[in-house]
Amino acid sequence: MMLVVDKVEFSYSSRPVLRDIRFEVKRGELFSILGNNGAGKSTLLKCLNKILKPQTGTILIEKEDLSMLNRREVARRLGYVAQRYESGRFTVFDAVLLGRKPHIKWGATPRDLKIVQDVLQVLGMEELSLRYLDELSGGELQKVVIARALAQEPRVLLLDEPTSNLDLRNQFEVLKIVKKAAKERNIAVVVVMHDLNLAMRFADKFLLLKNGTIFACGGMEIMTPENIASVYGVQVAVERLAGIPVVVPL
Amino acid sequence: MRHLAMENMPESYLRYTQRKVFIICLLFLLTILLGVYAINAGSAKLSPAQVLLTLLGKAEGHLNIIIWNIRLPRVLAAITAGAGLSVAGCVMQSILRNPLASPFTLGVSQGAAFGAAVAIIALGAGSTHSASADAVIINNPYLVTISAFVGAMVTTMVVLFLAQIKGVTPEAMVLAGVALSSLFSAATIILQYFASDVQVASIVFWTFGDIGRASWRDLEIMAVVTGAALIYFMANQWNYNALDSGEETAKGLGVDVEKIRMAGMFVASLVTSVAVSFLGIIGFIGLVSPHMMRRILGGDHRFLIPASSVMGGLLLLASDTLARTIISPVVLPVGAITSFMGAPLFLYLLSRGYSKR
Ligand SMILES: Nc1ncnc2c1ncn2[C@@H]1O[C@H](COP(=O)(O)OP(=O)(O)O)[C@@H](O)[C@H]1O
Ligand SMILES: [Mg+2]
Repeated sequence: MMLVVDKVEFSYSSRPVLRDIRFEVKRGELFSILGNNGAGKSTLLKCLNKILKPQTGTILIEKEDLSMLNRREVARRLGYVAQRYESGRFTVFDAVLLGRKPHIKWGATPRDLKIVQDVLQVLGMEELSLRYLDELSGGELQKVVIARALAQEPRVLLLDEPTSNLDLRNQFEVLKIVKKAAKERNIAVVVVMHDLNLAMRFADKFLLLKNGTIFACGGMEIMTPENIASVYGVQVAVERLAGIPVVVPL
Repeated sequence: MRHLAMENMPESYLRYTQRKVFIICLLFLLTILLGVYAINAGSAKLSPAQVLLTLLGKAEGHLNIIIWNIRLPRVLAAITAGAGLSVAGCVMQSILRNPLASPFTLGVSQGAAFGAAVAIIALGAGSTHSASADAVIINNPYLVTISAFVGAMVTTMVVLFLAQIKGVTPEAMVLAGVALSSLFSAATIILQYFASDVQVASIVFWTFGDIGRASWRDLEIMAVVTGAALIYFMANQWNYNALDSGEETAKGLGVDVEKIRMAGMFVASLVTSVAVSFLGIIGFIGLVSPHMMRRILGGDHRFLIPASSVMGGLLLLASDTLARTIISPVVLPVGAITSFMGAPLFLYLLSRGYSKR
């Protein structure tokens, strides 16, 4: 097991947001967290990355207790792409090179540059490498922040709604990249998603979060119309179209 | 073809970074040239050859005095203070996520000035000798600096509180800076009622900034503090880059955001305090040079920090040289010149909205 979460609870000051969260993610697995707005998905992801500290419960990364690691050690193990981010006046190459920060002591080594170059090449973005971030499209920018997280060489990759501002084509492209990275690098990927169809298309496992607690967790078998209806409060049908499972609101 | 492009990619990146190093070196060279010119320029006419001979220790008496005691410290003080104020502004802009931030616009300089005035008038760190503009002699530079630092830190704490706890917008933060500077200016004016006439005259002049009052001893303190601060900021270059990508991204990259922010503001205030203690308030340098360099070199702090400091030194030296030659022998307050450069840029940044760059 790459990531083990057990009995995690979290409250903002005195308002409880997460209760009794427990799940496990394997190497090479794409694990999706689903739920309504405000269910606590982003909060859960931040707990996994120690940006927030759960009041109780344990989180293990390859058997190491997250609470015993400092910020830098966490950053060497987990890559995190926030739901909101800013783009300073950086070139694409520099922005991705930033992903090497947890590994860099003083200056970037040739190896760091090589890693960045390879990541950019895998994502097909070499041509953009000297372009400034404020001259990119939304889809390109999203790929840059994912490239940064990959350059970090994490064992667990956490993505918070990575496809929310993208068009159909870019949604698919980004998730394909992520899926491929999970398989090829043999890392665990945890993705918060709001699009059920995309989740069912790409994810191996699903966690349905409702009001800060787990409603159901497992493979495709939990994505039933009943479960989805209870979590989202909308009547749906789950059908297969050309062999691909799709959710249709009724 | 495609393969070739990929192979050359880090090379083109290296070329791109080398270009930045080249520009920084060019600016440095320009500063040295301007420095030599500035030593020449002034009411006592000297030739470059004389300057060179004097610096090498091979000149006769009165030249020695003019160059070693008046011109050279002045040039070096301009470069040091300009570099310090600029690098402080550069880092403040990054850690507060606010392109309008600088020691002057947030009122940190004014806080330091008040602290220094308290030391000079109330704590007896300065004494009066003559009725000229330079009448106040600082007897105890350490006491003045420490007192200025306390004033600067009080302002910094208010700024940090507003930024972190209240989460105010960059514009609102600058308004808070305006309020803080008026408060400190008023306090300084009230303080003057308890000072002698001569002290008042010099403090008024001093609040406009004057490069000419730095002695070698002041210069030493300023150089040591500014140098140490530069090293500290350079050691944190990656942290500032990470912060520019947003607070949560920075945390995800292993940055202890709160600690970096506190420590950065602390060091920036310290640098501001020494510059203000010895030279008075010099506005806008800390705003203008980082913005110029960010335009030219981009936001990468590996290059932006050294570039801003070199640019700041160059700009303040140019401003001071202009201030004392434009209607020579009258010497204008250097703050007037820097404000002519800085205020329009500031208004431009405000009007454009504060899109973060
Ligand atoms: N910094 C915060 N302080 C207090 N409450 C917060 C904070 N961030 C989020 N919340 C609350 O926690 C709940 C879960 O938020 P979040 O994890 O962002 O939900 P999701 O990502 O699933 O939409 C929401 O009710 C939200 O209002
Ligand atoms: Mg969210």
